[in-house]
Amino acid sequence: MKSLFQYLKEVFLGFYSLWTGLKLTLYYFTHPRKEIITEQYPENRTTTINIPERFAGEVILPHDENNKHKCTACTLCEMACPNGSIKIISVQEESEDGKKKRVLDKWIYNLGMCTFCGQCIDACPQDAIIMKNSFELSVYNRNDLVKTLNKPGSKLKEKE
Amino acid sequence: MIGFSDITKWIHDSLSSALSPGWVLASEFVLAGIAVILIVVVLVVVMIYMERKVAGFMQLRLGPHRVGPWGTMQVFADVFKLLLKESFAPNSVDKFLFNLAPILVLAVSFMALAPISWAPGLQLWDMNIGILYITAVSSIGVIGILMAGWSSNNKYSLLGAMRSGAQIVSYELSAGLSIVAVIAMCGSLSVHDIIMSQADGWWIFKGHLPILFAFIVYVIAGTAEVNRAPFDLAEAESELTAGYHTEYSGMQFGMFYLTEYINMVVIAMIGSTVFLGGWMPFHIYGFDAFNGVMDYIPSFVWFFGKIFMIIFFMMWFRWTFPRLRIDQLLKLEWKYLLPLSIVNVVIVAFITVMKWHF
Repeated sequence: MKSLFQYLKEVFLGFYSLWTGLKLTLYYFTHPRKEIITEQYPENRTTTINIPERFAGEVILPHDENNKHKCTACTLCEMACPNGSIKIISVQEESEDGKKKRVLDKWIYNLGMCTFCGQCIDACPQDAIIMKNSFELSVYNRNDLVKTLNKPGSKLKEKE
Repeated sequence: MIGFSDITKWIHDSLSSALSPGWVLASEFVLAGIAVILIVVVLVVVMIYMERKVAGFMQLRLGPHRVGPWGTMQVFADVFKLLLKESFAPNSVDKFLFNLAPILVLAVSFMALAPISWAPGLQLWDMNIGILYITAVSSIGVIGILMAGWSSNNKYSLLGAMRSGAQIVSYELSAGLSIVAVIAMCGSLSVHDIIMSQADGWWIFKGHLPILFAFIVYVIAGTAEVNRAPFDLAEAESELTAGYHTEYSGMQFGMFYLTEYINMVVIAMIGSTVFLGGWMPFHIYGFDAFNGVMDYIPSFVWFFGKIFMIIFFMMWFRWTFPRLRIDQLLKLEWKYLLPLSIVNVVIVAFITVMKWHF
């Protein structure tokens, strides 16, 4: 008797779990306007397109309003990059009290060789570089893909 | 109001005035065959479009929407592509069986349409064993599938065909038993008599809970019989590439594709005839004014509405449930559906003997 009860319970629980799934797909079916996430890309690129914030696109070096970035030219990102698409050029700079310091000169990023793996972002100890969610990156000339990310005259941001 | 029987009678009379009786019969066979094929092909086109839209919406996509208004021309574009492609047969296949299989499968699924009653007075062949004939014929289709799998000389095709055989042998039983439940209450195997017995209410409402249970079992078993997801082990695309039709291309593949949808139509037609009253409008015993209003809705609207309701159920299942493993499939049939159906038939027989049904 107990095994029969167990058998019927299994049948009802099975139907209940199937109904849970059916309910969800029926909700999706009856609410197409609200739920459909397809982007009609070439038509909506200037209007309703929604690229998620964390989409991993090109690498950028953010500057604040005083034209200051956070890169210390430690070259950890250059070493982490599996394709060699990052080249950090640094210069020795002497401050007023005679201390020598290595400062970033050029942060060269070759977009053509980048696979968007994000290992440079993980390697950066200062969180100086991030990946922007832009994805329309094609250009007509291959040389345009090699970019210098730090703006001219930019400085390292002092620690607070 | 002109009924379908008037139209068929007019065609018969005008043919009789011009031809001898033998030729009248022959030309009526041809006309009826063409009419059924046309209706079914239109139904299949609507169903393929519906399937892609339902699949899209359930998976948070849009479905086809570029070819023609709302993508309605997509099906025609796909059929045109299939027609242009070569029907290619690999070197080591058994050529005769390989080319015969798609034709056989398609012919069998058309045969099952013979006793269907489409509307009052519109039925190709009202035989006294109509439902038995449909259940018998619709299980011949598996021979075509086995033929395709065997002749392809390909292990995936053979595996898919064998699975399909095991599956249809199993699920025929519970599909048959769930129809037997209604046959027992109604007392006739003729499609016309079954529909007429539902003039005061459909069996799904008149037959209490046992018939409702039989309907659920029928929809599950019917989904399994047409090899659709979640029971699509015969063509499980992630493990067997495409199962029994891996080696087919062009319109031969198209025939298998067409057969899948025609089988769906047949399953939906039997389901709507047996459980939901076929073309019979929704009637409640005693509510004459309400029944009169319902009679104003044409019978073909009722019939196709019911068919598409069952087809929507099958699509809903397909795009919700994951595929069963072969042991789970057989366990579901032999340990759950079949014992419960047998108990259900016993309960139905008891209700029928005591005359508790309406």
